[in-house]
Amino acid sequence: MYDIVIIGAGVVGGMIARTLAKYDINLCILEKENDVAMGATKANSAIVHAGFDAKEGSLKAKFNVRGSEMMEQVAAELGVKYKRNESLVVAFENERAEIEAIYERGLRNGVKGLSIIEKDELFALEPNLNPDLSCALLAKTGAIVCPYELCIAAVGNAMDNGADLKLDFEVVNIEKNGEVYVITAADGRTVEAKYVINSAGVYSDKIAAMTGDADFNVHPRRGEYMLLDKECGKFTQRTIFHTPTKMGKGILVSPTVDGNLLLGPTAVDMEDKDDTSTTSEGFNTIIDRSTDNANGIPFNKVITSFCGLRAVGSTGDFIIKSRNNVITLAGIESPGLSSAPAIAEYVEELLKEAGMNASLKTDFIPTRKPAHAFREMSLAEKNEIIKKDNRYGRIVCRCEGVTEGEIVEAIHQNPPASDVDGVKRRTRGGMGRCQGGFCSPIVVEILARELERHIDDITKFGKGSVLNYNKTKGDM
Amino acid sequence: MIRELTCIICPKGCQLKVELDENKKVISVTGYTCKRGEVYANTECTAPMRTITTTAAVIGGGVVPVKTDKTVPKEMMFDCMKVINQVRVSEDAKLGDIVIENILGTGANVVTTRNVKI
Amino acid sequence: MSKVDLVIIGGGPAGMSAAVAAYDAGLRNILILERDTSLGGILRQCIHNGFGLHRFKEELTGPEYAYRYELQVRERNIPFKLNTMVLNVSPDKVITAMNSEDGMFTIEAGAIILAMGCRERPKGALNIAGSRPAGIFTAGTAQKFVNMDGYMPGKKVVILGSGDIGLIMARRMTLEGAKVEAVCELMPYSGGLARNIEQCLNDFNIPLMLSHTVVEIHGKERVTGVTIAKVDERRKPIPETKQYIECDTLLLSCGLIPENELTRGAGISIDRVTNGAFVDQNRQTDIEGVFACGNVLHVHDLVDYVSEESEIAGKAAAAYIMNGKHEKAVAIELKTDGKIRYTVPQRITSEENVTVYFRVADVYRDVRIVVKDGENVIINKKKQKVAPGEMETVTLTSAMINGITSGSLSFGIEGIN
Repeated sequence: MYDIVIIGAGVVGGMIARTLAKYDINLCILEKENDVAMGATKANSAIVHAGFDAKEGSLKAKFNVRGSEMMEQVAAELGVKYKRNESLVVAFENERAEIEAIYERGLRNGVKGLSIIEKDELFALEPNLNPDLSCALLAKTGAIVCPYELCIAAVGNAMDNGADLKLDFEVVNIEKNGEVYVITAADGRTVEAKYVINSAGVYSDKIAAMTGDADFNVHPRRGEYMLLDKECGKFTQRTIFHTPTKMGKGILVSPTVDGNLLLGPTAVDMEDKDDTSTTSEGFNTIIDRSTDNANGIPFNKVITSFCGLRAVGSTGDFIIKSRNNVITLAGIESPGLSSAPAIAEYVEELLKEAGMNASLKTDFIPTRKPAHAFREMSLAEKNEIIKKDNRYGRIVCRCEGVTEGEIVEAIHQNPPASDVDGVKRRTRGGMGRCQGGFCSPIVVEILARELERHIDDITKFGKGSVLNYNKTKGDM
Repeated sequence: MIRELTCIICPKGCQLKVELDENKKVISVTGYTCKRGEVYANTECTAPMRTITTTAAVIGGGVVPVKTDKTVPKEMMFDCMKVINQVRVSEDAKLGDIVIENILGTGANVVTTRNVKI
Repeated sequence: MSKVDLVIIGGGPAGMSAAVAAYDAGLRNILILERDTSLGGILRQCIHNGFGLHRFKEELTGPEYAYRYELQVRERNIPFKLNTMVLNVSPDKVITAMNSEDGMFTIEAGAIILAMGCRERPKGALNIAGSRPAGIFTAGTAQKFVNMDGYMPGKKVVILGSGDIGLIMARRMTLEGAKVEAVCELMPYSGGLARNIEQCLNDFNIPLMLSHTVVEIHGKERVTGVTIAKVDERRKPIPETKQYIECDTLLLSCGLIPENELTRGAGISIDRVTNGAFVDQNRQTDIEGVFACGNVLHVHDLVDYVSEESEIAGKAAAAYIMNGKHEKAVAIELKTDGKIRYTVPQRITSEENVTVYFRVADVYRDVRIVVKDGENVIINKKKQKVAPGEMETVTLTSAMINGITSGSLSFGIEGIN
């Protein structure tokens, strides 16, 4: 019996788990996929928005501004890369009024460090922009962070403090039995809890309905992205948005914390909550629209493309409710990543209001050591770690410089990587320009060895994502 | 009738034209740039032959690359594969060691193409 | 920091040939740095035959070809370090490398030969729409699984791209029991050798669909199928020609890219066409004493040519160390007309005979390869057929080179008349 169960291990669920882990409670996170961060968290713009975008007075505005203030410290505690690279909302002359409106809104939302800059200053900051642009809103507090790294670290930190994580746990039923919720998975497993937190992303309406709340719905909005080689990581220093539309903030051009260049997202409303396929129309939109913002983007340096589904709520704002010991967090689309730390803080309040009466742990570990990133170590540190464990002396992923030691670490650390994509998100092994061409067979071998499984049991991302079918020569 | 072939003897890939009579006997070959091409055209039109390159299982796990040291009839390739897939090669085998002698009576041996231990 | 006369980065066919040639030219202080667990490079997984016809006058498999050179390296006691990754090469020839035993270390090299090989173009670079399930591999990754690990990464396969590795894997997977449904090639001609189309596809009735591409990948967890379509002259898919092929695997053989991260890091200029360094006839880059050879310089069709080229680099590196720096003659630039995509070398500073390697941009029949010094035709070589998949050569004699008056040579293709 758990005190609290969190349904959905995305960045919102993860940040909540990490926030609640300081209490002396039994905490469990349920996730329907084979790993954490598998929904919108692994495929979004990786931006910590300054907070000028959302309508004043909205939950989006409130949590974005607060979340953005909190993010730097949260990232530091969790050992996650964070960079305040600033952002620019660029405009053509005929969009100037729009820029001024966003500026005013930003001030009303309480965003610090905003200013409108003119063409000369704009091009001094970012020479690769479209020369037809005429002005921009500069947001000094705009930042970038890796969303899945943040989520993995948050869940890991919660687990290091005693939280349980149950994977492949697809919730199909929730029933109240007296004061206790009984939550059943598709495979028949059940868990019980006093409080349920629904952070199930695009499925949060379905989970809410299981708890008796059918007042809203959530639909997926497809966002496609293209990621460019690290060679292009300095194409712009700042995150470049165009003046926003009703469908979102448009196609952005942004460096990532890992040094790539990211283009996207598109915005297409969908029915299917699992369809993360990319489209040729999407590629064309990204290419056309990012060209509005920047000049000479090297599209031939694309190393991968992907698609995420934002959870768009029917109210237009975040939907956050506390009722009968169920806290529902739905429609946490952009700026969801930026807001996640603040939402977690708010959930903590809601639980207290709902009667959660827990004392703080005395042995709480507030920080999480980052997995060793060999490529970021000093020469002395590198030599020291190789001497201690010579697996750090073997580079497995040559593009990103990831060692065997880091991969082994990722397999045994909380939350453990159990498949090739899991290793990739934790170590960056296979994320470089060859996209795992050379290293994926080696990662498969290491996973098989560390998990004591056969090579043909190692998958790309769990379930049916098998990589190898059988031995060519049969069993001995 | 005329049959057009791509010679597979060397990377040049000469385009050969073979004139055949009604009994599919070779009357003439053109398009070759070396003697081996002419020979290839003749065998290809009468009894095509291929070298098999594949792997064989090693006792104790893993595989080692092997090949037939001569060509075998093309239509026997899959039968040969079945036999090769059953063999278990010693961990001490060296490059060139015979792992199957005279496979299926073809006169070709299956030999390893590297040392098992590296 | 240790000092070594010649450091060779990469112990594949290029690195080994270069090392042997440098040794045989009299140089003794040589070190090969290899990132893999043994010498041989990618040849270790190329278990098919067809290697060595030029070099050894016999048909060898990849591992056999590699072993011949490994024996030559071992017979000469040329030192090599395995499992060793080079992280950086500085413009003044300091190499930073690492392995499990030595940790991080630096070497001051008198000369360096870059022989790091190439990698395959990944799916991400192709902008194929659809889902991202398991079951999409480059042909080389599948080759590693099948030939080195002994596992089958697919049962029902579509191959995109008709490069040689793709063709070879079509046969290899078929022999191991998979069904290869089709090989789709975007271009109207194959990028592979004619013999491989014959013995890897035709032998097994595998259709080669020219001017076709994969437009969408289907399947959530594992690939369940692909949609292919014919493309027009501008290589755009024609929607009416879309067809669905059920399969569990998509193999990609869409081109090889020289791995020049270290080269770029050293500040060496790269030819945008070859994706390798600009070199002279000795395969010397624009940093004196740094040479490049093999697939890191330009992608070869035959390993025999890799060995040939690497011997040139090895010999020249030895001469550079032993005879010291030479004041070079004025360089002759080699230019191309577009029908010839590139030449290697790109410049000549020698007065001796030089063999020039090049590739063409399209399939041309009944043409002449024309080399001109200004308007003066110095080579006029008839060819029945030239194709992008096959490397061509012409040899410039010392007489031709000495006679050049315009300072450059232009390489082009002209009609027969």
